[in-house]
Amino acid sequence: MNNSSWQQQVYDCIKSSEIRMIGYLPDAGHSQLIDSAKIDGDICDVLLTTEEEGIPMCAGAWLGGMRSMLLMQSSGVGNCINMLSLQQAGRFPMVILVTMRGEYAEFNPWQVPMGSKTQQALELCGFKVERVEAAAQAAETVQAAIDFAYNSNIGVAVLLSQKLIGRKSWVE
Amino acid sequence: MLERRHVVSELLKDRADAVVVTGLGAPTYDVAAVSPSARNYYLWGAMGGAVMMGLGVALARPEIHVIVVTGDGEALMGMGALATVATKKPANLTILVLDNEHYGETGMQQSHIALGVDLCGVATACGISNASTVRTEDELRDACKAFHDIGEPKYVQVKVGPEAPPRVMPTRDAVENKISLRAALGLS
Repeated sequence: MNNSSWQQQVYDCIKSSEIRMIGYLPDAGHSQLIDSAKIDGDICDVLLTTEEEGIPMCAGAWLGGMRSMLLMQSSGVGNCINMLSLQQAGRFPMVILVTMRGEYAEFNPWQVPMGSKTQQALELCGFKVERVEAAAQAAETVQAAIDFAYNSNIGVAVLLSQKLIGRKSWVE
Repeated sequence: MLERRHVVSELLKDRADAVVVTGLGAPTYDVAAVSPSARNYYLWGAMGGAVMMGLGVALARPEIHVIVVTGDGEALMGMGALATVATKKPANLTILVLDNEHYGETGMQQSHIALGVDLCGVATACGISNASTVRTEDELRDACKAFHDIGEPKYVQVKVGPEAPPRVMPTRDAVENKISLRAALGLS
């Protein structure tokens, strides 16, 4: 039985899979992974100004032989749409971890439109999509996504559900 | 104003083992025309992505000089990438912007540069301190001297004329291009 947090288990699987670059925009649900990446001298962590920057960066890293991963919120998937044609045209292996908003107990209605379309948008762009609802599934699903992407030269997204991440507290 | 193929030819003639990523449109044709190589990656789409693709290669392979050759319109669409490059400061990345102040591929409509935006100033303000604009043959000669130096990210914006030289079209197969470039870098 592994007693570490699901975030730590996911990070361990990133490390053991030789992911060496992590591009990200911050999200509360990704904060532990981001913190871990930033203090890890073997991981190149890259803060992006918009999620779409991550798509060509990961493609470029793969041209150079480096495995990478992107972290973003569901709203950021919408920022990537045209750039995802690079992944599909070049059959670049790509893994995106997406923290979901706009679902379970969402407070902010502005998150709902993109959150409701995140999975379909990714699938329309040729990505395979897996969804994680429970902590016990997280690391295994991320591991499967990495293996799938790098063995089959495809894009794979893992949606980390809002139920998994927990309600965002809006009232102090 | 300088002639674009002449500019690319001069700046890439001593590229040695450099990897070159080209922005869609005329820069892709320019590099295919004057500096064909298995170490080129030619974008035909993904507008706004050339600098970030170059950054990805540069971070993955710090021992290789990586040169992005793109146009002002493509660079403007990915302007945030200049900020991202500045935070990582890759010693081996050079960004060459062929600036004709227009969108050549769509019929020569004006770009923001024609309307007064200083993209080289943006690069500088982001923190790419080695940023310069080249306007004359003398300035091009000076730019050539340090173009392949490694040590800090470089941004070189060259004012080129509106001419559209004959299209030299490299592969449009992004998978084939990926495989051949990776093979050239010793990757299977």
